[in-house]
Amino acid sequence: MLTLQCPYCGVHAEETELHAEGEAHLKRFGPGSSDDDFETYLFMRENPKGVHFERWRHVNGCGKFFHAARSTTTLEVFGTYPAQTYEPPQDIKDKISAKYPGWSWRDFS
Amino acid sequence: MSDAVSALNGARFTGFAQIEEASLCGMITVRGDLASAAMVKAISTELGAEMPAVNKVSFGTKGHVAWMSPDELLVVVAYEDANATCAALNTALADQHVLVVNVSDARAVFRISGDGAREVLAKLAPVDLSKDAFGTGDFRRTRLAQVAGAFWMNTDESLEIVCFRSVAQYVFDLFRVSAETGGEVGYI
Ligand SMILES: [Zn+2]
Repeated sequence: MLTLQCPYCGVHAEETELHAEGEAHLKRFGPGSSDDDFETYLFMRENPKGVHFERWRHVNGCGKFFHAARSTTTLEVFGTYPAQTYEPPQDIKDKISAKYPGWSWRDFS
Repeated sequence: MSDAVSALNGARFTGFAQIEEASLCGMITVRGDLASAAMVKAISTELGAEMPAVNKVSFGTKGHVAWMSPDELLVVVAYEDANATCAALNTALADQHVLVVNVSDARAVFRISGDGAREVLAKLAPVDLSKDAFGTGDFRRTRLAQVAGAFWMNTDESLEIVCFRSVAQYVFDLFRVSAETGGEVGYI
């Protein structure tokens, strides 16, 4: 079972209190963007074996969206952080580096 | 005026704990900047209550105030006072970016009391309800089996549960089955 701590209310929420909301840190391409950018924004997603960054929502709780860094193979959670950011906090990146030296995910490493 | 009635007309059940649907209850949703001086003052003046800490309910002289999210409060008052309190809060916060709405008729309220109260609820929500983890003044938004719900513990250690009125019967039935004599787990 997956348990993530919601960074807004501090609750260690068990999976059924949460809703998975797809990949984290997507950059939106809307009206006026190129077809390629728009297609990538809509459909192209990371599907890594290992380090992954996801968006979750504490839906049966405080209702807020947040981000989580975890491993898709071991289910280890490296940390959760608020959604008002463009990249993962350094302490979470350090934690991942300790476990997976040389890791990268999109533009992060 | 039509007679307002609660969702289940005060339905009751007694198993290894007592379940009752509370009578009509005034509830106001307040959204805004909870840290602002104006908000703290409005809550203090209109409810006689302190601003609740995260995941807490603060018991005031004129009503309770529960922490719903970083920008939302649930204000609980007597049903007949809800409109007046709602208007007073709106007036007090007129120059703020806030939303204050009377949601009393969208909700149902239950109370579970007795020694087995914690256990009745613990079977239905993914929340640690042991005495060390959840006590008087603690508040939690979560799910009750398959629907959203919220609850807090009163000073008399009874549990008060809020859910949407549309699922009142479902929630009452959950409690009824969970509290059936013979269904004690005895873990909490
Ligand atoms: Zn939360």
